[in-house]
Amino acid sequence: MLDIVIILCKIAVALGIVLGMVPVLIWAERKGSAFIQDRIGPNRARILGIRMGGFIHNLADVIKLLTKEDIVPGNVNKLYFIMAPAIVMAVALLTFAVIPFADTIELWGRIIPLQVADLNVGILYLIAVASLGIYGIVLGGWSSNNKYSLLGALRSAAQMFSYEIAMGLSIVGILLVFGSVRLNEIVRSQGELLWGFLPKWGVLVQPLGFLLFLVTAFAETNRNPFDLPEGESELVGGYHTEYSSMKFALFFMGEYANVAVGAAIVTSLFFGGWQVPYLPTHILIEKADMLFPAALSILAIVIILLGIKTLSVSLTRRYRYNDLRDFEGIVFGVPMVAIGLAIGLFLLFGPVVHFSDTGSRIFAACMQFGTFLIKLVFFAWLFIWVRWTLPRFRYDQLMRLGWKVLMPLALVNIFVTGVIILLCT
Amino acid sequence: MYIKSPKRLSIGERTYIIEILKGLGVTISHLLKSFWNMNGRPTVPYPDVKRKAPVRFRGRHRLMRRPDGSPRCVACMCCPTACPADCIYIVAGEHPDPKIEKYPVSFEIDILRCVFCGLCVEACPVDAIRMDTGIYEMSDYTRKSLIYNKEFLLKGEEAK
Repeated sequence: MLDIVIILCKIAVALGIVLGMVPVLIWAERKGSAFIQDRIGPNRARILGIRMGGFIHNLADVIKLLTKEDIVPGNVNKLYFIMAPAIVMAVALLTFAVIPFADTIELWGRIIPLQVADLNVGILYLIAVASLGIYGIVLGGWSSNNKYSLLGALRSAAQMFSYEIAMGLSIVGILLVFGSVRLNEIVRSQGELLWGFLPKWGVLVQPLGFLLFLVTAFAETNRNPFDLPEGESELVGGYHTEYSSMKFALFFMGEYANVAVGAAIVTSLFFGGWQVPYLPTHILIEKADMLFPAALSILAIVIILLGIKTLSVSLTRRYRYNDLRDFEGIVFGVPMVAIGLAIGLFLLFGPVVHFSDTGSRIFAACMQFGTFLIKLVFFAWLFIWVRWTLPRFRYDQLMRLGWKVLMPLALVNIFVTGVIILLCT
Repeated sequence: MYIKSPKRLSIGERTYIIEILKGLGVTISHLLKSFWNMNGRPTVPYPDVKRKAPVRFRGRHRLMRRPDGSPRCVACMCCPTACPADCIYIVAGEHPDPKIEKYPVSFEIDILRCVFCGLCVEACPVDAIRMDTGIYEMSDYTRKSLIYNKEFLLKGEEAK
């Protein structure tokens, strides 16, 4: 019984990460692209003057998409047409099942791996499920009975097949180095030190593998330099041209969920997953009493700085709205500064916190979870950052890059890695 | 026509990586600049802040008045003649004062047809019509309300 509860909790956390990242990423995409292009970005939608820097626009979008008419055009293959967006979203959610978000934790004599499913075929499952994502797009494009959709789906299929090979091969290097396909094992081995001073992250032992994987991950998620399946200038909307309402929203959310998953995989394989740099799990548990104030003080400083920024943005604005929006910065900024100061005061004058054994274990897991989230958010941001930097590839360039550059490089990478491992052992 | 062939890329450029990093540097610098100095962005947040029209900006028309408050217009028909969009309709009537020959019984401007060229202002011999209100928001819900009559135009900047 307890096992089921624990598993349900883990599923809730994993789903929470992916589904929670979707609105955050959509917001980051809008506001980030605006800032990159020196624009202001979304700032109109509001509830009682609260706009949260455009975050409320997500709410407006949800209401709009839910209440819109859900059009199923005539002459479409209804079953596949309805299935397609569900597949895209389901696949993105399934992938997250094997991502570990903290080290295995031992509570009251029960060993709990903090990952939904600790499969012994971890990475193989990852690749297998990720490649199922093509079905959603191909079915969506084909069943729409529309030539633009079909072309988009065809492109997507060809692109994903081409890049999947390079992706699979680029992971082989990591498997050779860490000697396991279990993701938790891989992440755990990345906690060791390389030459005594560098964390043995995948990116440091497999720099080429990392680059290849990153590029193919961009291609797999159909994101910008490789977003030919929905090339607006050529294909109207690509595979989701005929979709509307919540079905379209599922495609849209699926894209961002895929970004979150891609970021999680990159983090786990190449950037040490939940590993806090230089602080392996046993040190985190032993030194919990010491690390807790340090972590809290960093948190307090970040909160205070964000609060001051919020306040200053609101107070130095060149114009007044003459309504509730004028007070938004104060409503958010003052409590933030206050919370930060309260944490600081607690650290300075409050009682010294001593963790029990269980408490320090939970603290370690929280630290690792936080580190994982920070890394995850950074790589998700990288996806957005690249999208607003690079232009789209032409189709033949895409194929040339995939087959003639990435695949040979991946093979060379495997060969070199293998030789080095052979010589070292 | 002589077409310049594109410069052959160097090896460093052909591997993309350095160039991509440079590009990422450009975008992130813009992002940080925008984040650091929110007021430095050139966008005018329009409905909250209205751009001040320059002095010679041709906005909505207004009709000028004589010292006694009657319209300065003498219904000479110069402005409808000059108007390239045919948007001014004047009905002339005889003025009671013998020194003034005519006055406009009705003076209508169909703002939907107006192209804001300003030729009516230049054509006017008595400086009765001007476009110096600086108003550029003229949207409305019906076509009828966008045909401005004499009373509306005489109110000038105050007219809503």
